Amino acid sequence: MAAEETVKNVIVPNESDYIINIGPQHPSTHGVMRFETSLQGETVTHIRPHCGYIHRGMEKMCEKDTYPQIVHLTDRMDYLSAHMYNEAFCLCVEKALQVEVPERVKYIRTIIDELTRIQSHALWWCANGMDLGATSCFFYGLRERDLVLDIFEETCHARFLQSYNTPGGVMFDLHPNFQKRVKDFLIHLRKKLPEYDKLLTNNIIFRQRTEGIGVLSKEDAIAYGVTGPSGRGSGFSCDVRKIAPYSAYPYVKFEEKLATEGDSFARYRMRMDEMWESAKIIDQLIDNIPDGDYQVKMKPVIKLPEGEYFQRVETAKGELDVFIVSTGEKTPYRVHFRTPCFSNLFIINKLVSGLKIADLIAVSGSLDLIIPDIDR
Amino acid sequence: MEKQQIIESLKGMGIAGEINETREYPEISVPAETLHDTALKLKNSPEFNCDFMVSATAIDWKTHFTVVYHLTSSTFHHVVVLKTNVSDRENPEIDTLMDIWPAAEFKEREIFDLFGIKFKNHSDLRRLFLEDGWGFPLRKDYTDERIKELK
Repeated sequence: MAAEETVKNVIVPNESDYIINIGPQHPSTHGVMRFETSLQGETVTHIRPHCGYIHRGMEKMCEKDTYPQIVHLTDRMDYLSAHMYNEAFCLCVEKALQVEVPERVKYIRTIIDELTRIQSHALWWCANGMDLGATSCFFYGLRERDLVLDIFEETCHARFLQSYNTPGGVMFDLHPNFQKRVKDFLIHLRKKLPEYDKLLTNNIIFRQRTEGIGVLSKEDAIAYGVTGPSGRGSGFSCDVRKIAPYSAYPYVKFEEKLATEGDSFARYRMRMDEMWESAKIIDQLIDNIPDGDYQVKMKPVIKLPEGEYFQRVETAKGELDVFIVSTGEKTPYRVHFRTPCFSNLFIINKLVSGLKIADLIAVSGSLDLIIPDIDR
Repeated sequence: MEKQQIIESLKGMGIAGEINETREYPEISVPAETLHDTALKLKNSPEFNCDFMVSATAIDWKTHFTVVYHLTSSTFHHVVVLKTNVSDRENPEIDTLMDIWPAAEFKEREIFDLFGIKFKNHSDLRRLFLEDGWGFPLRKDYTDERIKELK
């Protein structure tokens, strides 16, 4: 059995293909990931992603931990959307316990969600620019991202993996400077985003390398489950904030940006537009944060009633679903995470086949893949 | 569609299976033999149009496995949960759904990797994360010799 499988692993689709491994350690994979690429000259004929280099058995670990402990595991999956992962898990636990969190918590969570989305897209923007040779992008993108992280540091007491959510609320109350700093940041961001456009969006080399490259049709996006900005770039309306609103999203007005082209540039544009929309959402909430508790009093030992619970959340990369199966113990019987990057990755063979090898970098960059989110 | 409407429509479709109305989303449990047919019906019926497979996973209940599919529609945005039980622990096998939803290809490979459930007619069923010869870690009876040594 084992020998048979090993033989299956090395089957080459075409004898005359030249096989090259991109990764596991390659700057464009943004993590430990191997693309086994078959080439005819410079043209990609087939690409097989090999994952598992940093598989940590997240779902198995969850089976041993209590619910408040698992919150700290969840942000290790997509470290750029850390807050949303914490929130998704907490929302699922709260749904199971039928706990209604105070309005203040909903507002805080949503504002930090949107700040997280901005910093995630800012980092993606600079890394994507650098993949395509625009090195200076990296410094500008990180500059804006650092300002968000400073805000997080003050309020959440952590810059990167905040673990700010707990079942029933958030860990600390907002810092007194929070509102002022967020408003200052939004003024700064609105000045800088047009500069991003000048630097990269309207750059002729960048446009030629992304426009019409890696076209994903709407049908394929739905069939393969490509969600988030990557799916919306193909016209697949999949924003969970609109479909199944959670936290304070029912109270805010924003537009779900959609494009029809489905190429790398459309995916790029979706993320740039989303930063503007996130700023709009924060505008509507930041002055209206209601007073109240930042935490509901929960029992010291959280036990979910027997049953199965499912929570959908929109992260910066796409749709995240948390599925908890409980038998009434203090640890879950089974936890499953439907992570966005896992579904978004496997479309890459369809997008890249027939293109030149340099386009592989442009396409994989436009999908915004986070490898720990794929491997879990 | 509202939940009650979905349940009414599911009953009207004549699917051989149990419908659970108590959960947040309507659940339908079918025998493994009719899984593929039911999935096709859910996708092709204009009422449901479940064209987007959100997630697929399995649960090990020690006596049997339950494979759980969360399906939704890109036009109506309702969620339907499709379940099937596999009782054979030695050689669990069910039909693949990758011909209906291409997204299932890698989700099923993940289930095969972590639970050892085989999918009939799957085009490329090999392990996704772990090496060949590794056990199936999400099974409840999984033991790892190295963990014992550490203790």
